[in-house]
Amino acid sequence: MISDLFSTTVIIGIISSGIRLATPYLYAALGETLGQRSGVLNLGVEGQMLLGAFAAFYVALETGSLWGGVLAALLVGAVLGLAMAFVTNTLHAAQGISGIGFYLFGLGMSNLLFQKMIGTVETVQGFPKIYIPVLSDIPGIGEIFFSHNILVYIAFFLVPVASFVLNKTTLGLKIRAVGENPLAADSLGVNVIRVRYFTVILGGMLSALGGASLSIALLNVFQQNMTSGLGFIAVALVYFGGWRPWGVLGGALLFSMVNSLQLWIQVLGIPIPSEIALMMPYILTILVLVVSISKVRGPSALSKPFERGD
Amino acid sequence: MEANYPMKSRLSSIIDAFLPVLATLAALLVGAIMLIILKVNPLVAYKALWDGAFGSTNAIAETLVKATPFLMVGLGICISFRGNVMNIGGEGQMIVGAIFATWVGLNVQGLPGWLLITLAMLAGVVGGGIWGGIPGFLKAYFNVNEILSTIMMNAIAIQLMNFLLRGPMIDPEQAKASSLIPQTARLADVYRLPRLAPTRLHLGALIAAILAVLVYLLLWRTTLGYRIRAVGENPDAAKYGGVKVRRYVVIALLLSGAFAGLAGATQVFGVNYRIITDGSSTGFTGNAGFNGIVAALFGQLHPILTIPASILFGGLLVGANTMQRVVQVPSALITALNGLVVIFVVSSDIWRKKRQRRREVVALQMNEPPDNSTNAKETGA
Repeated sequence: MISDLFSTTVIIGIISSGIRLATPYLYAALGETLGQRSGVLNLGVEGQMLLGAFAAFYVALETGSLWGGVLAALLVGAVLGLAMAFVTNTLHAAQGISGIGFYLFGLGMSNLLFQKMIGTVETVQGFPKIYIPVLSDIPGIGEIFFSHNILVYIAFFLVPVASFVLNKTTLGLKIRAVGENPLAADSLGVNVIRVRYFTVILGGMLSALGGASLSIALLNVFQQNMTSGLGFIAVALVYFGGWRPWGVLGGALLFSMVNSLQLWIQVLGIPIPSEIALMMPYILTILVLVVSISKVRGPSALSKPFERGD
Repeated sequence: MEANYPMKSRLSSIIDAFLPVLATLAALLVGAIMLIILKVNPLVAYKALWDGAFGSTNAIAETLVKATPFLMVGLGICISFRGNVMNIGGEGQMIVGAIFATWVGLNVQGLPGWLLITLAMLAGVVGGGIWGGIPGFLKAYFNVNEILSTIMMNAIAIQLMNFLLRGPMIDPEQAKASSLIPQTARLADVYRLPRLAPTRLHLGALIAAILAVLVYLLLWRTTLGYRIRAVGENPDAAKYGGVKVRRYVVIALLLSGAFAGLAGATQVFGVNYRIITDGSSTGFTGNAGFNGIVAALFGQLHPILTIPASILFGGLLVGANTMQRVVQVPSALITALNGLVVIFVVSSDIWRKKRQRRREVVALQMNEPPDNSTNAKETGA
């Protein structure tokens, strides 16, 4: 039975679903990376994802428009991000705990809205696989890389975009400066608060989009608490990736590949207890961190509110 | 941390302590709007909330029962956060502590009740301590970020619990029946924490309160506590002063985990008399891992203040259950309300800081020398 794992079809299947599964982690973790590079820790990603998932699903269900769902998710994420930015940057609230507050709020609201507005299990026709004329037909590679839906491709595309913006643009420089030494940045004329508002709102939008990718692209259903800790793992992946988009991509892929592996193990009926299999991604993440002994330090101003005259 | 002078007056302290209460009321106001949208009369709803939390002896007892794990976890959080170690792993540590304690309760025979309970509580402490110590060790010696590792350990603990409850530790009754509800066997009567009949208030609440005092003494009256705080406030200075920073990082997380483990053990031995779950962690812990963090932060990381903070949260959640039954709103609304209260209370901190600023400015003015010589002024900031 374990030998079943090594057949080509299965390996292709594992890698292919691993790539798909990485999508929500990627959206959320990239958004969180931007926020953390600017100095803001957002532990409420899970709540943003859930509300984004619901908004996208509901709009898609009622109007039949998937892009309308995406828009709804982006809107919801922006509002939540705005609230988070206000609470942490204007009211100087402790970031970690306000994040947890937003998580609880998002969890409760998404469940409440689901119960009141939908009520029963429904599904939508999610984003379909995109067929690329020549590339999708390549055996093996075609299925792994070139037969996913649009939201998957956008997520992966955002990695080089984020890396470019962060490292090669003035905006990115401002973000990094604000996260390392806000006082110095402020004295040079950078509007620290505005930069942080920007990153946190954008982060919220990306988290919500990650949630939408679950409900209208990957799973095509909405269930209460469907993310089940995914948002927190995404935050963890930011640390894992050393606050760099490409590092985050590596972390997301590692995590999702192992996840995909354990899913297939269960599908193939290989006699590993499902709970032990479910533990594997988490254990592996910790092990890789231990082994990498990376001395990458986080942004120095992470989770410290900024006030002039501090 | 606060300046040493002028001394905060008692009145000031009282006002500061009331800010969270005002913030909670503000959050409830927003909740009232949500209730109105749901076509529920907020006054009826909130009266039910109050009655459910504090309206009768039984209600107060239930509130205290709910508050006990929040307080225990919160005490551990006071220790770790003061050591600048962010322990988000309360959920997992509770679970492992409960597993260890339940194992003792089910497998150790022939001891008098009180001895077995003590052993089981110790087992819970050990279990939680291990689950906290591992991320502590990883942080101290491998530079693994503790937010990351404790979150991962939570997920691992949930799977461990599910595995044990569906397999090796399943209730033999369940195994025979085919319903297979994931739960362990019931603890024998003599192994239960004594209760203040006819309520469900159990000894754990008293233990928690005593522990709060002990933690206060630990943090401010022992060398161990001093070193933990030193490492938290300025690790470089602490190292220069001869404190082995790494060791105290491990100790901080270990202790924090131990308290959460005790909370888990107390839940099993005081409330349910078994571990029962719905597959996620909240079925067993009731989110105490998170709410414990919130309670500690509300209490400004001070063990004694964590007591009222835990009671506030306990009351909120217990009252909300009653409210849910009376006016028929989904419990999801309570979770959302829980979140709003957290956000509002944390946001209200800005006024406490503003008042602190004003006191500092007054101190500066009070300390101005009568002549105009330009001595460098050392302020007490």
